[in-house]
Amino acid sequence: MTALTQHAPVLLIAVPLLGAFAVPLLGKLGRGARNTFVGLIALITAAFAGLLAAHIFGGGGAPTLYVLGGRGFGIPLPSGLSVPIRIILEPDGMSAFMALITALVTLTGAFFSFSYWKERSGGTLFYSLLMLLTAGIFGMELTGDMFNFFVFLEVTSIAACGLIGFRVWLKTSQEAGFKVMALYTLSGLFVLLAVGLLYGQYGGLNIAYLAGALTGSTLDIVALGLLLTGLTLKAGAVPLHMWAPDAYGEAPAPMSAVLVANSQASLYGLFRILFTLFGLTVSVAALGWILISLALLTIFVGVTMALVQNDIKRLIAYGAVSQIGYMLLGVGVGLAVSVTKPDFGFVAMQGGIFHMLNDAACIGLLFFASGAIVRAAGTRDLNRMGGLAHTMKWTSILFIIGAFALAGVPPFNGFASKFLIYEASFKLSPFLAVIAILSSILLLAVFVKVFQAAFLGARQEGLGGEAPMGMMVPMVALALVVVAFGLFPGFFVDRIVTPAANALWYGRDAYIGLVLGGGTP
Amino acid sequence: MNGISSGFGAWNPIAWALLFVGVLAAGFLVRAFGKKSYKRGTGQTKVFLSGNEEPEASAALHVRGRHLYWGMIDGLSGYYRRVRALHTGVLNDYAAWFVGVLGLVFVILVLVR
Repeated sequence: MTALTQHAPVLLIAVPLLGAFAVPLLGKLGRGARNTFVGLIALITAAFAGLLAAHIFGGGGAPTLYVLGGRGFGIPLPSGLSVPIRIILEPDGMSAFMALITALVTLTGAFFSFSYWKERSGGTLFYSLLMLLTAGIFGMELTGDMFNFFVFLEVTSIAACGLIGFRVWLKTSQEAGFKVMALYTLSGLFVLLAVGLLYGQYGGLNIAYLAGALTGSTLDIVALGLLLTGLTLKAGAVPLHMWAPDAYGEAPAPMSAVLVANSQASLYGLFRILFTLFGLTVSVAALGWILISLALLTIFVGVTMALVQNDIKRLIAYGAVSQIGYMLLGVGVGLAVSVTKPDFGFVAMQGGIFHMLNDAACIGLLFFASGAIVRAAGTRDLNRMGGLAHTMKWTSILFIIGAFALAGVPPFNGFASKFLIYEASFKLSPFLAVIAILSSILLLAVFVKVFQAAFLGARQEGLGGEAPMGMMVPMVALALVVVAFGLFPGFFVDRIVTPAANALWYGRDAYIGLVLGGGTP
Repeated sequence: MNGISSGFGAWNPIAWALLFVGVLAAGFLVRAFGKKSYKRGTGQTKVFLSGNEEPEASAALHVRGRHLYWGMIDGLSGYYRRVRALHTGVLNDYAAWFVGVLGLVFVILVLVR
């Protein structure tokens, strides 16, 4: 293991964090220097995510340890103590999988922004917040400590609120930023309360230590309820989704994609808590059915609400909400049948986890395309658009790819993950699969509406031209991911999805043992 | 390498893509048997909509977002009235939903202990 690979977990957080505070300084040198710096930071961060993923997936998804403040980076327990007290990062297959998603979305989001935000002022603060959000998301995904998880959750909340309300000259943007700030704070407070309850009982904050100590007491159940509800809100599941259409709709287009990755990080936190922290100390079947109920509501309400939207960004936002439901459905089915039908439970888990990556790529592509569309049409109102395909041929093709993928049309990537979810859900109850499939068909109808309203029809007066190359390249990159993951799902499922699912499904003992067993030499 | 299996179902996108290309080729083959003696720019190639001549394309004729699926949305108006009423935009209501869900989750988790 090279030094860079060994230090990749902490560098994934430190590089964008330092970048966030350095951007204002670089901004003094001019736009070119600032953008070059932001681009470099995004590339370096993505490279570290790749290094970490290669290392962890090379080891089958087994966890690895990075300890700050000790004599060695792999020693979690101070001499003579049995309680880990240091700051510990413990990435495993699931963390590495999430890090890849975050790297993909933030890298393409940063490069898309260079062109998207070119004619607007305030870019320095914009990129600073983007870097801060990136650091927070990576922190949530890599930490092995509940309190640090809360801290990173708050870092992402602050940065996300700043980005959502960034266009202060728009009332709607300010309102969305305020709503999100209030609800994220509520979510964060409940997570903090849960962390306090666990600390008060067991005297530790480390996830592995707590997982080994949990007894399933009433206070544990209260903490679980607080964590589950708090993180479900931040993930945007119905009926706690009300902030999401405002947030995704009002944030600048490339940031909407990054906000989806932020919601997925909360979902990751929920999965980590359910599988690694609580494991079998609570009724997993009941937890599974809670997730399934939330999933069905999220899928159905998300899609049906998308159908009646006439604001292109709010429409895509509701589409993004519905996809959170598919991820919850996969993992919920996995939990519900984990004891009775573990084989199908694991397939459902694979589907739910795979869909996180697929969703990030295709919803990112759609939000980017919406940015290009709004730039050309000068409006977000679908009732005032039309004929864009005459001037935006490439964007219209890319939009079709993203829409087909999100709606689960074969052979794009959305179908591959939904296929696993449909099949495993059907095994539990055909009703679940029917709702999931019908909602996907309805989502296709939603995007047919967008395509007809925005791209088809006669050429209209005063429309802008095709998106510039700076916006086109990140869109093409995401489209390539969508197509590649769609055409070769087996390749990616075997190499990154299965190790991620393994880490949650079978990896609890290894996760605990790595810290309490004394760590790596 | 490219396919996935769920245990009782399988999906192979390359096989699907090859089949898709095959069907597309068959479609073009059928088209090749079509009449080749038509004359472009005459009534033979003119488009008619319900027996009427196609109007000249213009922005005013465009079917816009709100016109699509209006029948379906109207049919589901009862559902939409209720669901839209829940999206009040008022922060207090959103916080109330949060507290309500939290209470429900507590009840379920305590009952199944």
